[in-house]
Amino acid sequence: MDLLLGAVVLGVLLGCFYAAVSVGLSVSFGLLDVPHVAHPAFLVLASYGVFQLNESYDIDPLLAGLIITPLFFVFGLLAYRVYHETFERRGSDAAVRGIAFFFGIAFIIEVLIILQFGVDQRSVSATYIGKAWRFGEFRIPIRQLVAFAVALALTVLLAVYLSKTFMGRAIRAVAQDEEALRLMGANPVRIKQFAFGIATAVLGIAGALLIIVAPVEPTLDRAYIGRTFCVVVMAGLGSISGTLIAAIILGVAESIVLTLFGASWAPAISFAMLLGVLAVRPQGLLGR
Amino acid sequence: MNKRSHSIAFWAAVAVFLVAVLTMTQIVRNEYPFFAGYVILQFIALAVAWSILGGYAGYVNFGTNAFFGVGVYTAVALFKATGAPLVVQIAAAAVVGMTLGFGVGLLTLRMRGIFFSIATIALAIIIETFVMNWRFVGGAAGIQIQRPPVMAPFDSYVKMLFFVQAMLAVIAVATARYIQNSRIGRGLQALRDDELAAECTGVPTLKLKLIACMISGALISAAGAPAAMYLQYADPSSAFNLSYSVSALAMALIGGTAHWIGPVLGAILLGSTQQLLAVTISSEVNVLVLGIMLVLFVVGAPKGIIGLLRPRYRLRAGGKQ
Amino acid sequence: MTTLAAADAPLLQVGTLTKTFGGFTALDNISVEIRKGERFGLIGPNGSGKTTLINCISGALKPQVGSVVFCGENITQLPPHLRARRGIARSFQIPRPFRSMTVLENLMVGLDFAAAGSAAAEEEIAMSILTRMGLAAKAAAPSDTLSQVELRKMELARAMAVRPKLLISDEAMAGLSSSEVDEVLDLLISLGEEDITIIMIEHIMQAVMRFSERVMCLDAGKIIALGAPSEVMANKRVQEAYLGT
Repeated sequence: MDLLLGAVVLGVLLGCFYAAVSVGLSVSFGLLDVPHVAHPAFLVLASYGVFQLNESYDIDPLLAGLIITPLFFVFGLLAYRVYHETFERRGSDAAVRGIAFFFGIAFIIEVLIILQFGVDQRSVSATYIGKAWRFGEFRIPIRQLVAFAVALALTVLLAVYLSKTFMGRAIRAVAQDEEALRLMGANPVRIKQFAFGIATAVLGIAGALLIIVAPVEPTLDRAYIGRTFCVVVMAGLGSISGTLIAAIILGVAESIVLTLFGASWAPAISFAMLLGVLAVRPQGLLGR
Repeated sequence: MNKRSHSIAFWAAVAVFLVAVLTMTQIVRNEYPFFAGYVILQFIALAVAWSILGGYAGYVNFGTNAFFGVGVYTAVALFKATGAPLVVQIAAAAVVGMTLGFGVGLLTLRMRGIFFSIATIALAIIIETFVMNWRFVGGAAGIQIQRPPVMAPFDSYVKMLFFVQAMLAVIAVATARYIQNSRIGRGLQALRDDELAAECTGVPTLKLKLIACMISGALISAAGAPAAMYLQYADPSSAFNLSYSVSALAMALIGGTAHWIGPVLGAILLGSTQQLLAVTISSEVNVLVLGIMLVLFVVGAPKGIIGLLRPRYRLRAGGKQ
Repeated sequence: MTTLAAADAPLLQVGTLTKTFGGFTALDNISVEIRKGERFGLIGPNGSGKTTLINCISGALKPQVGSVVFCGENITQLPPHLRARRGIARSFQIPRPFRSMTVLENLMVGLDFAAAGSAAAEEEIAMSILTRMGLAAKAAAPSDTLSQVELRKMELARAMAVRPKLLISDEAMAGLSSSEVDEVLDLLISLGEEDITIIMIEHIMQAVMRFSERVMCLDAGKIIALGAPSEVMANKRVQEAYLGT
C-alpha cells in the first residue's frame, strides 16, 4: 500500500512535468489546429541545447533553458511561417503534406542530434540533481521536485497569459472564429504566428526540465509523441487547465504501472491511453 | 490508348519483369545484387501499399512499421510453432495485417486525418511493447532463424527471397493499379478532396477508407513477412523500426501519389540511393537525406516526381485526353 | 414503392426536429411537409437555422429529437451517402468541388456511387447534364480553374448526377452578379419542371419570390412563417426578423 501511495505521489510530480512539456502542443495543435508532430522533437532539441550550455559553460540547466527560450520563439515563428505559406493557404491535400512536413522535420532534428551528439544518453549537472528527500521508507528525488515546481509555475503562467492578457485572449479568439477577428481589424495569421512562437518558446524551459528529470537520448521524442498527444487529446483540444489534469492522470497511471509491472511496459501506457481516448471520447475527458 | 490496351501493356511489362527476375536468379552467381535488390523491391511494395491509404485516400499512416513488424512476427511465430513454408507465412501475415488495418481503421477513421496518424504511431509502440514481452519469439533480445533448405529452381535462399519479394511488389502494384482504375479509386479521390461533399454525393466514405486501410495493411505486412528469413534474425526494435514508416511515406510522397507509378519511381530512386549511401556513408546520413528530400518535396513539389515530369498529372490518366 | 398512395403522400416529412449544439438550440421543434415536385423556398436571417435544417435532411448532422421521413421511409439515422442513393442531393453554401478532378469526373462520382450504371452510359449522362447546365465546354477542365458562377453550376450539376428526387440548393446564387443569378435561377426552375422537388435557400428575395411555390421563414431555429411567397413577405414577423426592429 505504501508502495502504491509512493507511486501516486511520484505520479503527480511526473504529471505536472508532463503538463509543462505538453502545454505548448495544447496551443499549437489544440488551439491553432496545426498537426505539429515535431513538437516532441523540438522538445528534445531544447534539451540538447541546455546540455550544451551546461556542459561547455557550466550554466545551470534552468537558466540555460531560459537563455534558449528566445531562440525557440524565433524557431516557432519561422516554422509557422513556412507551414502557413506552403500548406495552410492552399486547400485540398495540403493537410496530408502538412503532417508529412512535420514528420520529416522531426526526423531531421533526430538525425542532426545523432550526428552532433551521438546516440549515447546525455545528462546535466546541477546542485539539486542526485540528491533526494527521505520520509522513512519513502524517497523523492529533488530533481523531481524542482521539475514539478517549475512545470507547475510554467503551466499556470501560460494559462493566465492566455486568459488574462489582451494577446492571450486574441489567441483564443483566433482559434474560435478567425473571421470575426479579421472583421475587428486584427490579422489572424500574425496572431497565430505569435501564438506558435509562444508555444515553441515554452519548450526552452520544458526541454531543461526534460533533461533535469532524466538523461536524454536523440530518439526520446518518439516516446513523447505519445505522452504529449495523449495529454492534449485527453484534455480536450486547447484546454490549458484540462492539460494539467490530463497530464497528472497520465503521470499517475505511468507511475503505477511502472511500480506494479516494471519498466518494459511503461512506454506503451501513454499510447494505449491515447488510443483509448480516441476510441471512446475523442472530444477529450474534459470536453463536452 | 484505351483502357484495354493499357491493361495488356501493363501485364506484358509485369510478365517481362518477372521473367527477367527469374532469369537473373538462374544466371548471376554473386549474391550481393540480390541482397541489395531485395531491399529495393521491399521498398517498392511498402511505398505502393502505403499510397493506397496515404495517397489515394489522404490518410497519413505513420505506422508502416507497425504493420511491417506484425508481418515479421506473424511469420516468425508461425515458423517457430509449425515450421510452415514461406508462402503460408506470407499469407498469414497478410491476413493479420488486414485484420489490424480493420481494427485501427474502425477506431480512428471517423476522425480527422491527424488523429489517424497519431493513432498509428501509438499502435506501433504498443505492439512493439507486446512483442518485447513475448518470450516465445525471443522478447527484446530477438530470435535467430534457421532457414529451411532452399527450393528448386533456386540455388540460394537469398535469390529465392529476391524472387518472392519481386512477386510481392508486383502484387502491390497490381492492387494499387486496380484500385486506381476502379470505382473505389474515384471514391477515395473524392473523399480525399472533400469528405462531406463525397458523402453527400453517395460515396460510402467510411467503408472505402476501411477497405483502403485493410488492403494497405495486408500488403505492408505481407512485404514484411520474409524479412526474418532474409536477415536470419528478428528483434522488435529493428522489425518495428520507425525508419520503415519514414521511408514508405517519403518514397510515396516524393514519387507522387496521384498515380501508382509515383511510389514505384520514388522507391527505386531513393532505395537505390540508400543502397549506395549505406555502402559509402553512415546510415544516419542516409536517413537525413531521406528526411530532407521529404521536406523539400512536400514544400516545393507537392505532386512529387510525376508532377514534375508531367504537370497536372491526373489520377485517372486513362480516359479523356 | 410507387403505389398510388405514395404519389399523394408528401415526398419529405420533417417531424418535430430539434438540434442543439452544446447549450445553443439551432433548430427548435421544426415540422414541415414538402410535396412531390414542389419548389420550396427557405429563408431567414443568418444563423436562423436554415443550413442546420438542410444538414439534418441531407444527413450531415443528426438531430437530437424528431424525424426525417423521405418517400415514406424514416431516414433520420441514415448516413448521408445512403440518403444520396435514395435521391437526396445538395449543393453547398461555400462550393466544395473535388478539386483534384475535372468537371466531368466530379459528376462521375455521383453517377458511380449514387446512380450506378455502365461506364459508357455514365459518361453520356454526365455530358447531357453538363450540356443542360451550360458547362459542356468545361467538361475536361480541372475543377479548381472554374469561375465562381461555373463552380455554382458545377455543384448543381454534381447534385443532379446523383439523379435526385429532392435537390437542396444552399445559396447557389451568393456572390453572383444579377445576370448570373437569373441564369442559375432559370436552371433551377427548369429542373423543377421535370418532377424534381427543390428546396432553395436564398437571401436574394426577388429570386425566392420568382422561384418558390411556398416559402418558409426561420428565425432563431423556429418557423415564423410558412405559406405563399407574397403572404410570407407581408408577414410582420418576417419583416421584423429581416429588418431587425
